[in-house]
Amino acid sequence: MDYILNPWPWYVAGPLIAFCMYLMFYFGKKFGVSSNLETICSMAGAGKLVNYFKFDWKKNKWNLTFVAGLIIGGFIANQWLAPNQAVALNPDVIQDLSEIGIQNAGAQYLPDEIFSLDALFSLKGFLVLIGAGLLVGFGARYAGGCTSGHGIVGLSKLYKESFIAVGGFFIGGLIMTWLILPYIF
Amino acid sequence: MKYLKFLLVGIFFGIVLFKAEVISWFRIYEMFKFKSFHMYGVIGSAVVIGLVIMFLFKKRKLKTIKGEAVHVEPKKKGVAKNLLGGIIFGLGWALGGACPGPMFVLLGKGVVAIIVVLIGATLGAFLYHAFKHKLPH
Repeated sequence: MDYILNPWPWYVAGPLIAFCMYLMFYFGKKFGVSSNLETICSMAGAGKLVNYFKFDWKKNKWNLTFVAGLIIGGFIANQWLAPNQAVALNPDVIQDLSEIGIQNAGAQYLPDEIFSLDALFSLKGFLVLIGAGLLVGFGARYAGGCTSGHGIVGLSKLYKESFIAVGGFFIGGLIMTWLILPYIF
Repeated sequence: MKYLKFLLVGIFFGIVLFKAEVISWFRIYEMFKFKSFHMYGVIGSAVVIGLVIMFLFKKRKLKTIKGEAVHVEPKKKGVAKNLLGGIIFGLGWALGGACPGPMFVLLGKGVVAIIVVLIGATLGAFLYHAFKHKLPH
């Protein structure tokens, strides 16, 4: 049981992620999360404003169901499978974060400075959260995929486009982490 | 009922992302600081096994449940769209510490603030399609 309750090492998680991808193809579909954002837009009536969203969202119900599973999976893991949610970070990272204004790094999964209710209801905190979402949603659809569609499927297919996109993920991530985050908190 | 299998794969994928700490903001920060192998190991080993699976799909050693060959859609060409879209995505990934899959897992974890991130992501997808004709591809 400890094997399940302790954090799972990378060499367990990576192959299991690949197995999830395999199962989606085995069931005749594809593996990608960010296209669901477009389906949600279409469901919400975005077709009235932008023609692209006039597609029949019901044809993507299989993928919305997959996403509903992600939510349930998060609930199950949180309730029963992860009694200790400290993250064993590199001590250098804890030090780095403390210097840029994020305390108690790794004590839990998420920093309070970004995800606590106090942060959510502050102007800066709200802008960080909505801004992060906007960038991820816009960028993922501009590039035509996120970490699942480009990162896992595209790289596994050795698509040139996915190497460019994942290179972009890293350029953007490095700019944010090294050049912008130190000035936000 | 015909969608139950997708629900189950989703639940399993969600548990994997949770248990491997892929949904932790700190793990994403640590990855971009090159201070831990963990995230590189997760993505790298997924891709290595993925390569084998894709090879077996191509050789038709692995097929769909109906016994048909697996077709994987090609990605749309264009250096500008993949690079610029990728960079914008990366900025958000490192800021919020979550890509789309983990956002939904965090919602299930009960993180209220992630609702704002998800609204932003949905709005971002909308804005891309509203303004894509003005962007380089």
